[in-house]
Amino acid sequence: MSTESKPTEEKSCEGENACGCQEKEGTKTSRRDFLLAVGFGLNAIAAAMMGIPILGYLLSTFAKKYPLQFVSLGPISKFPEGTTRLASFKNPYNNPWDGQTADIPCWVRNINNTDFQIFAINCTHLGCPIRWFEESKLFMCPCHGGAFYENGEHAAGPPPRALYTYPFKVENNELFVQAGVMPTLGRTLDNEKAKQ
Amino acid sequence: MNGKALLDALNGVYAWFDKRLHVTELFEHTAGHPIPKSSASWFYVFGSATLLCFMIQILTGIMLALVYVPSAAEAYTTLEYLTFKQDLGWFLRAMHYWGSNFMVGIMLLHVTQVFLFGAYKYPREITWVSGVVLMVLTLGLAFTGQVMRFDEDAYWGLGIGAAIAGRSPGIGEQLVYFMLGGPIIASESLSRFFALHVFVLPGAVLAIVSIHLRMVLTKGINEYPKPGHIVRKETYDQEYAQIIKKDGIPFFPNGISKDLIASAVVIMLILFCAAYFGPKGPLGAPDPTQIDTVPRPDFFFLWIFAVAALMPEYMETFMLLVAPPIGILALVLLPFINNTGEKSWRRRPIAVMTVILIYVSLGILTYLGQTSPWSPDMKGWTSTITPREFVEGRSPLELQGLAVLQNKQCRNCHAIDGIGGMRGPDLADVGSRLTKDQLIRQVIQGGGNMPAYGKTLTPNEVDAVVAYMVSLRAANTVPAQDSTYPAKPPVENKKPEGYQKPTEESHAASPAAHSGS
Repeated sequence: MSTESKPTEEKSCEGENACGCQEKEGTKTSRRDFLLAVGFGLNAIAAAMMGIPILGYLLSTFAKKYPLQFVSLGPISKFPEGTTRLASFKNPYNNPWDGQTADIPCWVRNINNTDFQIFAINCTHLGCPIRWFEESKLFMCPCHGGAFYENGEHAAGPPPRALYTYPFKVENNELFVQAGVMPTLGRTLDNEKAKQ
Repeated sequence: MNGKALLDALNGVYAWFDKRLHVTELFEHTAGHPIPKSSASWFYVFGSATLLCFMIQILTGIMLALVYVPSAAEAYTTLEYLTFKQDLGWFLRAMHYWGSNFMVGIMLLHVTQVFLFGAYKYPREITWVSGVVLMVLTLGLAFTGQVMRFDEDAYWGLGIGAAIAGRSPGIGEQLVYFMLGGPIIASESLSRFFALHVFVLPGAVLAIVSIHLRMVLTKGINEYPKPGHIVRKETYDQEYAQIIKKDGIPFFPNGISKDLIASAVVIMLILFCAAYFGPKGPLGAPDPTQIDTVPRPDFFFLWIFAVAALMPEYMETFMLLVAPPIGILALVLLPFINNTGEKSWRRRPIAVMTVILIYVSLGILTYLGQTSPWSPDMKGWTSTITPREFVEGRSPLELQGLAVLQNKQCRNCHAIDGIGGMRGPDLADVGSRLTKDQLIRQVIQGGGNMPAYGKTLTPNEVDAVVAYMVSLRAANTVPAQDSTYPAKPPVENKKPEGYQKPTEESHAASPAAHSGS
C-alpha cells in the first residue's frame, strides 16, 4: 500500500518509481487513488464512531468518583464501650447479582460511646482481611504478617501505614459508617470527613 | 472393479480436491517442512507440549463454560454443582486445573531450553519475542483462571491485585475502579476477569501462536547447537540452508515421533493428576464477612506472594509495579543484546548460572510462600501445647507467666520448641539469649518487628511473663548475662537433669549479686 502512488496528495510521492511512471496516466490513476483515499477515510471515521463509544464504555470507571455514603451499622448498643467488634454493611454501590460480595465487613472500636473508630477490613499492605485479637489488643493480617494496635497504628510487619478508617456519625444512638469503596493506597479515605 | 482401478479412482478424487484446496502445497509448507535432523531431539518437545496443553485448556474450558455462571452471586454455587453434582464435573474441573499447571510448567521448560540452546539468536528474534508475549499471556490466563474459581482465595486475590493497582502514583484510585469494574470487589470484577480469561487472553494466544509457528516455519527450527559453532549474521543463513539440504528431514512423518510420544505422556500425566489429586477447591464461599481465612495464591504465584512479604517496605511499590515490566522488557531485548556468537550452553557459563540462579530463587521463594513463616499462626494461642519440660518445676509466678504467654496470643508469633507461630523467634532458649531487663524492655516497648505490649499487659503480667521467659533455656546453659557486669563462673556444677530451677546466684544479671566485686 505504501508504494502506491497518490498524485493528488503531496506527501504520497515517497515511492519515486511508481510515482514517476504512473503520473502520466493522469485522471485514471487519480480516480483510483481518490476512491482508495475515500475508502480509507470513511473507514477511519467509521472506526472512530465505533471506537469512541466502546472506549467510553470500557473506560467509564475513570470518570467515576464514588463518593462515600452513610450506611447504618445498627444501634450503638451493639458495640459496647471499650470493645472492638466486627460489623458488616451492604455496600451502598451494589448490583442485584453481587451476592455475598456486596456485604462489606469492618471493625468498630467504641472508645467512650462518643468517640468511635471504624477500620476497614483491608490490611494497608496488600488488602488481606485483618483479624482482631482482643487479648493482645492487636489486629493481625494472615497474608504477610502485618500487625496493628487497637487504635489502628502500625505495630509490625510490612504495612506502609496505619489502618484505613471510615468516617462515621452517631444519630439517635444509631451508628452510621460512611463507606462505599475498597480503600487502597490510591484512596486512603484519610481526608474524607464525615458530613453530618 | 479391481484394486488398481480403485486406487486410480481414489487418486483421481484426491487430485480433484488438491487442485482446488492445494492440500499438498499446504502440507509441504507446514507439517511436511524440512527440519534439521539434529533438532528431532527430546529437548525439542516442550513447545509442542505447551501448545497441546493449551488445546486441552480450550476443550475443557468450553466444557466448564456449559455449566459455570460468571456471576458473583452464582459462580460459587455453580462451582459446587460442577464439583459435586454434575456427572464428571469434578474430573473436567480437575483436567482444567492440572492442564493449567502443566501448561505453565512445560512452558517454563520450553523457555529455559530455548534460552540454553541459544535459539533466540539471529535470525529468530521475532520467534523469541512472540514467545515472551505468549508467556505473559499464559501467566495472565493462570491468574485470571484463579479468579474464575470464585472462592475466598479468589476474592482476596482480587483484593491483593486491587491493593497493588492502588499503589500506582497519581492514578491508583482510578486504576482500582478500572480493574474491579467498580468501587469494590463484586459482580463486575468477576465479569471482567471472565471476559479476559475466556475471550481476550485465549484469542490473543491463538493470534500470537500463529505468528510464533509461522516464524518457526519461515526461519526454521534451531539446529541442535554444537559447542564452538559460532553464529554470524553474514554466514548463518547459508549454513542453515546447507544443514537443511544435507541433513534435513520432513517434520512429518520423520521428525514428529518424539513430539507425539511427549504429547501422549503429557495427556496421560494430566489425566493421572486429575483423577488422583482431583480439582482444586473451591475453598470457602467468596463472602468477605467471613474473615477467618488465610488467602494464598495458586502454586505458580506463591513466589510473588513470598516476595511481597519479604522485601523491605521502601522497595515494595517499585518491585510490584516497575520491576515486572522491566523483567519482561529485559526478556524482549535479550535477542537484540545477545544476537550472535556461541549457542551451546556448554560454552555459555553465564547463561547456565542465570538459569540456575533464577530456578533456585523461584524454588526457595515458592517454598517460603508455601510455609509462610512470616504469617502469625492465627490459632497459635488456642491450639498449641506446651511440652512438659517447659512447664515442669516452675514456680507459681513462672506458671502464671506461661498462662500470660498463652492467653495474650504471644504464641501466634512465637513458638516454644517449634510449636507455634514462626513470625518471631522461638522462645525455647530465650532465657539464655536475653537478660531479665532486656526481656522487660522488649515486652513493653516491642521493636525489631514486635509490637509493644506496654499498654496491653499489667505490670504484674509483665513480671510473670518475664520470669517465665528467664527460665526458658536448655539445661546445660547459663542465663543470659549483661555484658556490663563481669561474668561469674557457673555456680552449679551438678550434672543437669532436665530443667533446673535457676538459683539466685545464676541470675548473673542481677546487680546485687555483683555489688561486692
